[in-house]
Amino acid sequence: MIVASISRGDWISLAYIVAIVSFILALRFLSNPAHARKGNLIGAFGMGVAIVATFFQPGLKNIAAILIVMALATPIGAYAARAVKMTAMPQMVALFNGVGGGAAALVAFADFHNSAPPAARLPLNSSIAIVLSALIGSISFAGSMIAFAKLQELIGGRPIQYPGQRFGNLGLLGAVFALGIAIVAGYEHQLILGLIIIGALAFGVLFVLPIGGADMPVVIALLNAFTGVAASATGFVLHQNVLIVAGMLVGASGTLLTLMMARAMGRSIANVLFGAFGTLQVSAEQVAASGGAVRPTTPEDVAVMLAYAQRVVIVPGYGLAVAQAQHAVRELADQLEKRGVDVKYAIHPVAGRMPGHMNVLLAEANVPYDQLKEMDEINPAFDQTDVALVIGANDVTNPAARSDTSSPIYGMPILNVDHAHNVVVLKRSMNPGFAGIDNPLFVDPKTVMLFGDAKSSVEKLISAVKTA
Amino acid sequence: MTGSFLIELTVLILAGFLGLEVISKVPTLLHTPLMSGTNAIHGIVLVGAIVVAGIPGQPFWLHVVTLAAVALGTGNVVGGFVVTDRMLQMFRRRKPGPEAEKTE
Repeated sequence: MIVASISRGDWISLAYIVAIVSFILALRFLSNPAHARKGNLIGAFGMGVAIVATFFQPGLKNIAAILIVMALATPIGAYAARAVKMTAMPQMVALFNGVGGGAAALVAFADFHNSAPPAARLPLNSSIAIVLSALIGSISFAGSMIAFAKLQELIGGRPIQYPGQRFGNLGLLGAVFALGIAIVAGYEHQLILGLIIIGALAFGVLFVLPIGGADMPVVIALLNAFTGVAASATGFVLHQNVLIVAGMLVGASGTLLTLMMARAMGRSIANVLFGAFGTLQVSAEQVAASGGAVRPTTPEDVAVMLAYAQRVVIVPGYGLAVAQAQHAVRELADQLEKRGVDVKYAIHPVAGRMPGHMNVLLAEANVPYDQLKEMDEINPAFDQTDVALVIGANDVTNPAARSDTSSPIYGMPILNVDHAHNVVVLKRSMNPGFAGIDNPLFVDPKTVMLFGDAKSSVEKLISAVKTA
Repeated sequence: MTGSFLIELTVLILAGFLGLEVISKVPTLLHTPLMSGTNAIHGIVLVGAIVVAGIPGQPFWLHVVTLAAVALGTGNVVGGFVVTDRMLQMFRRRKPGPEAEKTE
């Protein structure tokens, strides 16, 4: 009988295969919003199978302590996930990235202590995996914590720089790699691995600090990839295929998203990471000098314009998230649709602070997803659009990206908002966007500006549309 | 050892290509759930954390380190899947009239 010859270890491996298949299915189901939730449940099921199977590993001790820690951490994770507001989702994603990376680094450190007794030599593949897992995990942990602090506005979102930054960071990374090579070459001291972790943590901090808020989608996606690769390296450390595969799936996802986000900004990844974008390119006077011909308007005027339009396209940006205006915007769209106006939303791939940020916010406000249009789909439609309503978006609508070769965002694909017959920009003040770049859209003769908090402006528009 | 390493490397590379293949089919609409969903999946480090935390005879400080890894991994897994579920249940197609509220 075949069944009789299956050992306990084999059963555990089979359980891990179930987990791997579940993870792949979870990602497969994400290709369609109608099935995506089911896919996530399948993924959670697979994770549960993998975790339970791990407890049957022969020789596993301290089970009571492990279970107690898990029992304590579970409600904390669940509570955080339940309580977090949808507008705070980028921070949440950054936090989970960091937590996973930190766990990978700790596992590598612990395994190094256990498997490298003073006299013995580790096999090459083990020592490389330990170094990579500790290094990448630590970078991801520290970088994610800084990204979290920036998004949570615990520290300023603007790029923070110090003199000689690029060389300092490169030097630090070089030093950390040199220490890693030392371990692989046989200097297997815990102190060296400790120094690697400390150096990698410092690098993680220094590498995210100079990156501005508008570049966060790239950074978050990259940190996601890092954590996945760190988990995969941990799989090599422990000879666990389930970690190798699951980590690599995440690594592939993060890498793909990073590339897509960078492409959506028309910039290379290196430029995003080391460019410290938009810090000093435009001085305050330059913005003020060209900002003379702005035309402010009133909610009543905009309401009439919207109420008698045939096609309205709403262009949301990070300002919508900051003002938590997503529900008000949906209500405005409902009012307009009641009057027979065709309303669509134009979603730029890097609008907001993480990939897909605007889609999640609008979904929370019950905007049906077939109303959300991607850039390539909506751009040709702006020519037939009566009113483009820009809410808290700036750089992604900046026509300078198409025409002005001296603009720092030249070459970034943008939403062609300026092709609409009329443009209304809802904006808190005339401060430039996160990238600190002047936007000629604001002085376009077709454009009117409605100043104020996005949420209260939209609420005023709703009541004005009702009476228009 | 080398043999098993090469098998692991093969698995890694195949998983990478499979990941790119599967994920390139995810629409931009769902990129945030993709990120949080993959976040939950990299919580698989919890399995590694349990394995190292379960090694007997470690010094006390190492117990603390490995159990901290278990705590981080658990938070990662639970929080990741819960928040992804919360997000995905919000995505819905347009329904005619008041039925839109009924889907919950």
